Amino acid sequence: MSTRLRAALTGLLIAAAPLAATAQTAAPASSIALTQPWARATPPGAKVGAGYLVIENRGAAPDRLLAARTPVANVVEIHEMAMEGGTMRMRALGNGLPVAAGGRAELKPGGYHIMFIDLKQPLKAGDSIAGELVFEKAGTLPVKFMVMPIGATPGAGHQHH
Amino acid sequence: MAPSSNVLRLIRWSAWGLVGLLAAVSLYLTLQPGPTQAVLGGPFTLTSMTGERRNVGEAEKGRPYAVFFGFTHCPDICPTAMYETSQLLEKAGEAAKDFRVYFVSVDPERDTAEQLKLYLSAFDPRLIGMTGTPEEIAAVARQHRAFYRKVPTPSGYTMDHTATILLFDRKGAFFGTLDPKESQDAQLAKLTRLLRS
Repeated sequence: MSTRLRAALTGLLIAAAPLAATAQTAAPASSIALTQPWARATPPGAKVGAGYLVIENRGAAPDRLLAARTPVANVVEIHEMAMEGGTMRMRALGNGLPVAAGGRAELKPGGYHIMFIDLKQPLKAGDSIAGELVFEKAGTLPVKFMVMPIGATPGAGHQHH
Repeated sequence: MAPSSNVLRLIRWSAWGLVGLLAAVSLYLTLQPGPTQAVLGGPFTLTSMTGERRNVGEAEKGRPYAVFFGFTHCPDICPTAMYETSQLLEKAGEAAKDFRVYFVSVDPERDTAEQLKLYLSAFDPRLIGMTGTPEEIAAVARQHRAFYRKVPTPSGYTMDHTATILLFDRKGAFFGTLDPKESQDAQLAKLTRLLRS
């Protein structure tokens, strides 16, 4: 076996390692780390809910959250909310949410969120919602949102600053 | 002939002067904000979440009250505001026993009386959902100088809307606002002041 071939094979193995890890659970070897995913419990009859988390890009290349999926909602979109002079505005992010190389994107109340639309059931505090986040480069990563009470505020369950 | 033509000219100039003065006065009066334009809020009638028509001016006669514009397809601001308002009412204690907060839906297409009742059942019973025809909602929002707008999303639509809570005193006059960004202590102080006024 030529050294060049060996190097190529080793390279392949290294490249494949994160993929294998992704297939398991929280993808420790993935360049993308998802921390403290949570969702706000919804009042009865609510057809929408919101999920939050911190996305860290530990890789050397920028990545982008393109889509999200969960079995509890028929539609999931990535939205940005902003308060402008007493007015709440919300927009769907058509091109996804970029996460710079070595950077992080914080999805939190009053800002970016994953919007669960057309909920099949109310989100109850104490439950957890399974889902998947689809990244441009890191691919599909599993995620589990802990459902917190309606009055929960960012970092209510954890400290991450 | 000269003196009489001078007199005529004088009369003519005076007449034009008078016309100009009248025009100026009427313009001034038109531009002055009249009493109907200056009032924010006031009585309004919509369908309450229990299905009956309710005139809020009549229902709250002699009592302070609050008005919030929101919608139930709102993932964050509305449930949070209603949760915080529920807490605030509890903290205000006995003085807020009969204080009502009207949740006026800016999305009457989806927010029926039943939907509002179901949604608000998670919060303090002093929060009263109100809905109506799109025209009625538009008129009530105008009356409260509240802004709302339908915004399309890939799967349907959402609403941009004013998220401050408007406070009215026991005479029905505008008292102030509760801003979602204010601390709960600041909000409680304001509410207490309103209840004592």
